[in-house]
Amino acid sequence: MAQNSGRTLYDKIWQSHTIDILPTGQTQLFIGLHLIHEITTAPAFDMLREKGLKIAFPERTFATLDHIVPTDMRARPFLDSQAEELTQALEKNVAQFGVEFFGLDSDKQGIVHVIGPQLGLTQPGMTLACGDSHTSTHGAFGMLAFGIGTSQVRDVLATQSLAMDKLKVRRINVSGTLAEGVYAKDVILNIIRRLGVAGGKGFAYEYGGAVVEKMSMEERMTVCNMSIEGGAMAGYVNPDETTFAFLKGREFAPKGADFEQAVAYWKSVASDPNARYDDVVEMNGSEIEPTVTWGINPGQAVGISEKLPLPEEFADPEGARKAYEHMGWQPGKPILGTPVDVAFIGSCTNSRLSDLRAAAKIVKGRRVQSGVRALVVPGSAAVKALAEKEGLDRIFTQAGFEWREAGCSMCLAMNPDKLQGREICASSSNRNFIGRQGSPGGRTILMSPAMAAAAALSGKIVDVREYLR
Amino acid sequence: MSADAKIVKVAGRAVPVRGNDIDTDRIIPARYLKEVTFARMGEYPFFDERFDAAGKPRPHPLNDPKHKGASILFVNRNFGCGSSREHAPQALYRFGIHAIVGESFAAIFAGNCVMMGLPTVTLGSAEIEELMRLAESRPQTVFSLDLEAKSLSFGERQLRFDIPDSHRNALISGFWDSTAMLHANLDKVRKVAVGLPYMTAFRG
Ligand code: SF4
Repeated sequence: MAQNSGRTLYDKIWQSHTIDILPTGQTQLFIGLHLIHEITTAPAFDMLREKGLKIAFPERTFATLDHIVPTDMRARPFLDSQAEELTQALEKNVAQFGVEFFGLDSDKQGIVHVIGPQLGLTQPGMTLACGDSHTSTHGAFGMLAFGIGTSQVRDVLATQSLAMDKLKVRRINVSGTLAEGVYAKDVILNIIRRLGVAGGKGFAYEYGGAVVEKMSMEERMTVCNMSIEGGAMAGYVNPDETTFAFLKGREFAPKGADFEQAVAYWKSVASDPNARYDDVVEMNGSEIEPTVTWGINPGQAVGISEKLPLPEEFADPEGARKAYEHMGWQPGKPILGTPVDVAFIGSCTNSRLSDLRAAAKIVKGRRVQSGVRALVVPGSAAVKALAEKEGLDRIFTQAGFEWREAGCSMCLAMNPDKLQGREICASSSNRNFIGRQGSPGGRTILMSPAMAAAAALSGKIVDVREYLR
Repeated sequence: MSADAKIVKVAGRAVPVRGNDIDTDRIIPARYLKEVTFARMGEYPFFDERFDAAGKPRPHPLNDPKHKGASILFVNRNFGCGSSREHAPQALYRFGIHAIVGESFAAIFAGNCVMMGLPTVTLGSAEIEELMRLAESRPQTVFSLDLEAKSLSFGERQLRFDIPDSHRNALISGFWDSTAMLHANLDKVRKVAVGLPYMTAFRG
């Protein structure tokens, strides 16, 4: 066999899920799993009704509530009448069309990208679509997972398929070992910083190398989650023993002899050792330090010991100037010591049990700086219950954090959790766009949950390693 | 299999919105995603940039009377990055934008646009700068896109733009609303499903 003639996981799954070549030249791709939530779906169901269509494979769609739900008072009807209306629309649609639904009274409710893996719905070798750009998260399991718009949600409901163009594949090798205090979030922030927020356009990212191979599934999810912030529609890690061990025994995962059969299939979809890639990027994980964003997109990031870059250092100095204008700080100064008003630990990037453990390790026995509003929002009802069993909730509340119910919360501030005015937020979420956290003037600094915890304790941006010593 | 209206030509005056990496949170703030339908989205594009907290208009190209009624949007690099919300192209379309010409577009955004019959086409940065200047200095200029010929003409000038083949085919053949096209293949969908081990052999 010639060198580099092997196939990638992307190629294999693309091929086995191809239904037809459409008149437009696109490929009709089978979608194995479809996850929906309250925000991007109501018009899709309306379109189905208008066209008189049914759901083709109702048993392959699962629904939950996450984006708009309050994380404090959850009594119905919600105080926000629009949130109530949107929730009722989803409840009506899933009942009418026969979709399994994990609502607020279910112990399976949570952020759509947290519950899919947790329930074992997300499995290697599948295709998965969801009307949310962070669907790339599920790629951690070795599957093709992508975010779609509302009209495409309609297509998946009506036909369990999508019209798609094939992507190229970029292999990103992260070698070395991560230093203490450096987390998966720091890895992905550095990848995006290096390749740019549009650098992944037209690509799926395959993450590998010693650092990624050593990562837990939770950490791989954090990395894949932010693929879209680098412009890549999908990101994945090849399935391995870590993946199989995670899935074993989960509610929707195959059981017994079926599990063994599944593992054989899962192994077969991994990229061949001699796979051909359209591009390969090498990074040294040992060089990564705790990293934070300083600007208005996730690629505008710096290591904690660095100074804020000068606009002239960028290909787009105007974009950097706009970022400084919004954030209100000076190029050339350190980011270290920047005061924060709010700390948010949550979102589909960093709200799993391992994230809460990492943050709790920093927080234990300490106090949130007075004047700082600090929130921990678990990614799912199950994460919340497990964390409480370990006593993490008490560590947080004794330190002065608020301990909330599961949801997206201040990641996009569609519920009452919002920044006010010009507040600065140390956030474990994924987007620092202008206005993202609910106030047009609000400022977001993205970082790992441990770094956000340290910021809450000190009232400013600090190096988390000070708390680990 | 029924086709939608074929979209071959779009002509009109243009409005430039400058800046790279304009994300969909800026195009439409999340609070407007609480509405159950897209019906009112046309009131909201760039809302927080066009209006202050008290609702007073701020200087913004979409507020500028000289661009009133413009149906073509000129933008720079990586327009529409971030969230997959279809509310963003819906807001622009319902505001009256029927084509977007830019240096580049984020993938999910451009895909959402096609499915609404809204073409997104690309040109080099020097050409975009020329177009933006022209639209600013002579806002009455009419620009005509021809998707068949991949040309943008204004006055005596004609530029060749790029558009992904699949987008162009979908728009000019009228199959941009893909459901009918996909639905016609439902038997083939079922056949592929049966061949996938996780759909049959070892369902959890
Ligand atoms: S946590 Fe944030 S990014 Fe994740 S699904 Fe919710 S709103 Fe989207």
